[in-house]
Amino acid sequence: MKLTCINCPMGCTITVTKTKEGYKFSGNNCARGEAFARDELTAPKRMVTALIHTDRGVTSVKTDKPIDKKLIFKLLAEIDKIHLKNAKMGQIVIKNALNTGVNVVVTKSI
Amino acid sequence: MTDVIVIGGGPAGMAAAIESAKNGASTILIERNKELGGILNQCIHNGFGLHYFNEELTGPEFAKRLEKEVKKYKNITVLLNTFVVSIKSGEVVVQNQEGKKKLKTRSIVFATGAREKTPASITLTGTRPEGVLTAGVAQKMVNVYGRLPGKNVVILGSGDIGLIMARRLTYERAKVKAILEINPATSGLRRNILQCVEDYNIPLFYKHTVFEVVGKDRIEGIYYGQVDSNYNPILSTRKFLKCDCLILSVGLVPETDLLPEMKLMRATSGGEVDEYLMTNIPGIFTCGNVLHIHDLVDNVCLESADAGKFASLYAKGKLNTTQPIKVSAGQGVSYVVPAVAYAGEGKFTAKFRLKSKVTKTNVVAKSNGNVLGKKFLLAGVPGEMLTLEVDKSLAKDEIVLEVET
Repeated sequence: MKLTCINCPMGCTITVTKTKEGYKFSGNNCARGEAFARDELTAPKRMVTALIHTDRGVTSVKTDKPIDKKLIFKLLAEIDKIHLKNAKMGQIVIKNALNTGVNVVVTKSI
Repeated sequence: MTDVIVIGGGPAGMAAAIESAKNGASTILIERNKELGGILNQCIHNGFGLHYFNEELTGPEFAKRLEKEVKKYKNITVLLNTFVVSIKSGEVVVQNQEGKKKLKTRSIVFATGAREKTPASITLTGTRPEGVLTAGVAQKMVNVYGRLPGKNVVILGSGDIGLIMARRLTYERAKVKAILEINPATSGLRRNILQCVEDYNIPLFYKHTVFEVVGKDRIEGIYYGQVDSNYNPILSTRKFLKCDCLILSVGLVPETDLLPEMKLMRATSGGEVDEYLMTNIPGIFTCGNVLHIHDLVDNVCLESADAGKFASLYAKGKLNTTQPIKVSAGQGVSYVVPAVAYAGEGKFTAKFRLKSKVTKTNVVAKSNGNVLGKKFLLAGVPGEMLTLEVDKSLAKDEIVLEVET
């Protein structure tokens, strides 16, 4: 099986082969590729970026770690509820989102 | 008198200014917007910085990192809300709230980035209603102003910005009804096809395009269908698709308007430069997307840092530009940057794109039968910019970059 790594824009094509000892990975240029491929086969995860509302307009947020792909729209609904006075880059706006251990963090001060 | 003036405060301009200042040159960085960062500020998605900062960042975070670096240098003056009126060797005329001013300089880095192709640059037939916009404009509307351009969207072209916008609009609960790509393959990165399109089951049709835009005041839909191998519409495949928004992601063009005297390269529409990234105008350097369209901002920064370095060396009279040798694109290569190298010891990095997809082949740089650089490609596509180290010490005549057969 072939997978495209999404960790970085290099987009390595990772070939997965099933052996007696488990999965074997080739084609990735770094260790993150193998971790990605392993997750992709069991529980695919994605980084999520979105907007939050503030009194000064919208600003951007991100998850500090990839989150279970199935939870993306649930998380977006949570992010939608946020309305702050202002926001500072690095500020956590949702801690332990949906009990995943993932935080939602501001990426641009406003 | 300043040593280096950098025009454009996006990633290219910031990286150039930082490197110029590092080399001890007094540097002015000019930006027309109210903040530095350029287009990065509207690219709220992640995936930037892995090569340049060894860390995965979003666009605004990447911009902030560079801005912090810029502010560390006392020899960089940043001029925001400032427009450049004209440029010539040794002089930049600017206009801002304080009025019009002539700035004298020893060298210039032209880093104005690129502009999106518009409906006028492609053959888009039909009406011109509200709701037809480019991907970058849609991105700014959503990410900066918090406004949704439409609820039922069709995207024409599968460039990276279009793919990124397909996911963004899906996240904002708009329905992306289709992405139409006239070519048999995408020009976007493979990872974006996976994480922006396939993840959300967005239909992507290759060899398809918009036949006609329909709608008087607001767009009501499009006629679309398949094209043949000559890109002519196959009318028997024509179908109607209802939508309230059409987004174009059909490519970028270097924004060279401010410098009409600059000699352009036909293949890139950007400047023709030597190995120091200097244009045909002495003392004017160029880098980033105004030189040639890059896939990665990380590569923009690496290239622009070089431009900043060479501009500062030029300002000090330390750049040797004798014995030029032509560098050109040979078989299988659509273009190569730089177009000129200077005879002597040392290496330079050639950047190039392939004409078509290749597998398991070598790319070589040759001059008079001598091999100056060679690289094995397991797989290569036109959509990805490639590099090759070229040892110029053996070059006497024209250097040609080609794909081995």
